[in-house]
Amino acid sequence: MNCENCKKPATVHVVEIHNGKKIEKHLCEQCAGKLGAVPMKGHTPINELLTNFVLQHAGNVHEEPAACDQCGITWAEFRQQGLLGCAHDYEIYEEQLTPLVQRAHEGATHHVGKAPKRVGSGDAAQKRQVILARLRKDLARCVEGEDYENAARLRDQIRELEQKQDTTA
Amino acid sequence: MKLSDLTQRAGEWLRGSGPMCEVVISSRIRLARNVAGFAFLSRCSAPDRQALALRLRDSILAAELAPKVLYVDLADAPELDRQLLVERHLISKPLAVAEGARGVALSPDESMAIMVNEEDHLRMQVMRSGLQLDEAWEQINAIDDSLESRLDFAFHPRFGYLTACPTNVGTGLRVSVMLHLPALKLTGEIEKVFRAAKDLRLAVRGLYGEGTEATGDFYQISNQTSLGKSEQQIIDEFRTLIAPKIVEYEIHARRMLLNERTSALDDRVFRAIGLLRNARLLTSEEVLFLLSHVRLGINMGRVKDIDINTVNELFLLTQTAHLQKMQNKKLEGDARRAARADYVRTRLGAG
Repeated sequence: MNCENCKKPATVHVVEIHNGKKIEKHLCEQCAGKLGAVPMKGHTPINELLTNFVLQHAGNVHEEPAACDQCGITWAEFRQQGLLGCAHDYEIYEEQLTPLVQRAHEGATHHVGKAPKRVGSGDAAQKRQVILARLRKDLARCVEGEDYENAARLRDQIRELEQKQDTTA
Repeated sequence: MKLSDLTQRAGEWLRGSGPMCEVVISSRIRLARNVAGFAFLSRCSAPDRQALALRLRDSILAAELAPKVLYVDLADAPELDRQLLVERHLISKPLAVAEGARGVALSPDESMAIMVNEEDHLRMQVMRSGLQLDEAWEQINAIDDSLESRLDFAFHPRFGYLTACPTNVGTGLRVSVMLHLPALKLTGEIEKVFRAAKDLRLAVRGLYGEGTEATGDFYQISNQTSLGKSEQQIIDEFRTLIAPKIVEYEIHARRMLLNERTSALDDRVFRAIGLLRNARLLTSEEVLFLLSHVRLGINMGRVKDIDINTVNELFLLTQTAHLQKMQNKKLEGDARRAARADYVRTRLGAG
């Protein structure tokens, strides 16, 4: 079969359905590219293929989160300054942090030793910490945007939660 | 208690007492903690930082951690006071020059210092003279317990106490001993100690911590690993293994100097005394360098007419901020160097 366009041997066969009608196209590679019948991709160089292959097997294809939803820090920012932005970073960047932590601590990955005694270290307290952090961030945004009405509301909410924290101590 | 009271004497940790005090100047333990629900300081808004500082100050004062606790608001403190606290090892250089709400809580004997809003929300330290790590741990552990009953610290079941820098995560513990190693320096064996320390994953720093030169043959040796070992394990390694080993090397080098190079040793020591008793202009580095040799001479019984406590105090009181605070005026250049030399001559009773 030859290309409908230029009569070279057709290598691309496209079937499209338009308004329930089946249309078949037979084109050579160049014409298919020009007419946009298929997304043309240049030949992938062998080294790129290899890199992708290696990366896939090294486990690097897991995308890191774009930024922390609580403090806003990106992984790149952390790598640049060496300091994390909030406690939540240890959760969302756990996968990326683990090898760094291991290197810094003679291969260790788990804490051994003292832990907080108080009730406040349970699940409920952790949830409350996350809420508090979010409220504080919202408050900062409101103050920046001069939205004092909402800022006052958030401040009260924070105060209330903090008091709860104190009474459980 | 006022800050200016501090200029009259040295803190407990520099009293030159305690086990192995000929070589081990002081033992220090610090714990890093962050309050849950607040961002770490690099991402903390100014109002949050302020709220945090107030809350931490109130919690520390309510905890009654010492008979009388002095809280210094560093955002308000004059530069000279901040420098004075750095010279006394009560705050870090970064905290002294930082911006925004921050402070330090001190016990009158200066054994306890709790920095507020440094790299982490709380950096507590306990300092003791000589090798007294168990005692220091006991004290700081009680301080931590007491604060923990008032504050929710950020803690992760796997990573332990969470810190802004992952190198401090886990126990948040840093143990450091300040060592005076003049003989190892004179015999050139100090490099061996550095190499051994590196193999043991220990950091070796100068008198004022990170990034400072080892002036006056003082070295701070500290752990770098804070995760995967218990507090007691880290402390035991220092107490039973690391510190005694280095002390043994230093004592051995001192004995070698005494037996095989007596004149060379005495020459160093008495030259230093001659300079200190006669010089009219002295820089702080030169004083540290010379006092180091005098201290060695006293510890080895070569010098009888100078008290070790005088030397220990001079290490501190000849530093720039102390000198100015004592004289109650700003001193620069030659005026400062002259004042330093005068003060040294008065204390050493000659010239």
